Amino acid sequence: MSDDAAFEKFKTCAVEVLQVSPEAVVKEARFADDLDADSLDLVELVMALEETFDITVEEDELEGVETIGQAFDLVNAKL
Amino acid sequence: MIIGVNAGTPLRGRRVAIVGIGAVSACGIGAQTLFDGLMSGSFSEDRRIPGFDPQDYFGPKEVRRIDRFAQVSFAAAMEAYEDSNLSERDVDVERAGVIFGTGIGGMTTLTAQQMVLVEKGANRVTPFLAPMMMPNAGAAQIAMRLGWQGPAETVTTACAAGTHSLASAARLVATGRVDVVIGGGGESVMDPVTYAGFGNMTALSSSGVSRPFDVNRDGFVLSEGAGALVLEDMDHAMARGAKIYGEILGAASTADAFHITAPRADGAGARRCMELALEDAAITKEEVGHINAHGTSTPLNDQAEAIAITALFGQGTVPVTSAKGVTGHSLGGAGAIEAVASVLTIESGLIPPTIGLETLDPDITLDVVQGEARKLEQPIILSNSFGFGGHNGCVVIGKRA
Repeated sequence: MSDDAAFEKFKTCAVEVLQVSPEAVVKEARFADDLDADSLDLVELVMALEETFDITVEEDELEGVETIGQAFDLVNAKL
Repeated sequence: MIIGVNAGTPLRGRRVAIVGIGAVSACGIGAQTLFDGLMSGSFSEDRRIPGFDPQDYFGPKEVRRIDRFAQVSFAAAMEAYEDSNLSERDVDVERAGVIFGTGIGGMTTLTAQQMVLVEKGANRVTPFLAPMMMPNAGAAQIAMRLGWQGPAETVTTACAAGTHSLASAARLVATGRVDVVIGGGGESVMDPVTYAGFGNMTALSSSGVSRPFDVNRDGFVLSEGAGALVLEDMDHAMARGAKIYGEILGAASTADAFHITAPRADGAGARRCMELALEDAAITKEEVGHINAHGTSTPLNDQAEAIAITALFGQGTVPVTSAKGVTGHSLGGAGAIEAVASVLTIESGLIPPTIGLETLDPDITLDVVQGEARKLEQPIILSNSFGFGGHNGCVVIGKRA
């Protein structure tokens, strides 16, 4: 899967779980400040990503993940 | 209401004004829709709330993360709040509270997540399980939206929860802890597990018809719904020129201490509860113009309630009605919905008939309002609720002469 195709799938998950507009899901966007997402939102998002991409993300891998770009890189590295 | 006993003398609390009402029920959205439904006998076939759309109350993210029981509780509470015409400057948020009951809570979420656990594994169970299923979720949502920071609590006494919540809410005003409080109850457990459980205990009507006090009654009909009252210190309400529907004059709570589901056949616990509620209101039984019965349409409840009412009031002395022929039984929502119905009974001066009742059980020695609405002769109503576990709750709603 190309990076662009993967990001589109990632974006679909984020839009669905975080209830934000697709335009808001850019790599620079910060979960807390730009997307109004708290820690439980992130847990739900990770669950959706695991299901969509058929991957597993461990809890400690999420430490320090604050932006869409960081989260996408984490997922993309597992594909 | 009595808030204490001082050297043998009851200590009277502040007067508790009813200043706002709200309901969502099998009749539809709104308190007036409920009352119109009770008068005309119109309700949804499946006893869900027709026209209820959570998006009218919550953003899309919240809709997914709040169980429907809390959503319907919130809807009734917000209608009551808007009806009260309270503005932010009327309310000291630290002296404003929420007491909102439910019989069960977020059962629908719990059973759905159990399926997720089995089918997809533990890692897929929603992190929102606890805040969705907890019975206090409704009270929390209401307090959060209004920013009210006084007591926000939940009473869970099965089918008496709505009435007990109103009683606790009223007592908070009477004791002076709060100036304003939203009291009520809500329920939505229309899931297959709940139906199976109630069905297997033979509490549900097999005919699907709710017919309180009828000789052919065969159980209750499960429904969803919520009711809410805004209660306010009378002086506070009068000072801001609020519309005052009436007062919570008194309330009481007793336990049968007998059986986990069956009421005492002699209705002693229910009778004592009614008696204490009248004492709390400092009125005589002759002043009661109407009893809004628990009247679930189960063989045991209706018989025991009739015995209790007859024992206290005498045979056929007070007109009695049950709303559940129309609303079905929304468990923790029922008492609050019926309190709203009682307020509108006083407002209109008309007692709605007991819909579904065709042939009065000859063993029921009550004056059940049947067929057509009847004039309310005295504006004081006793509303009863009795819950599994033997929990009895009574509230006295009315206008003093």
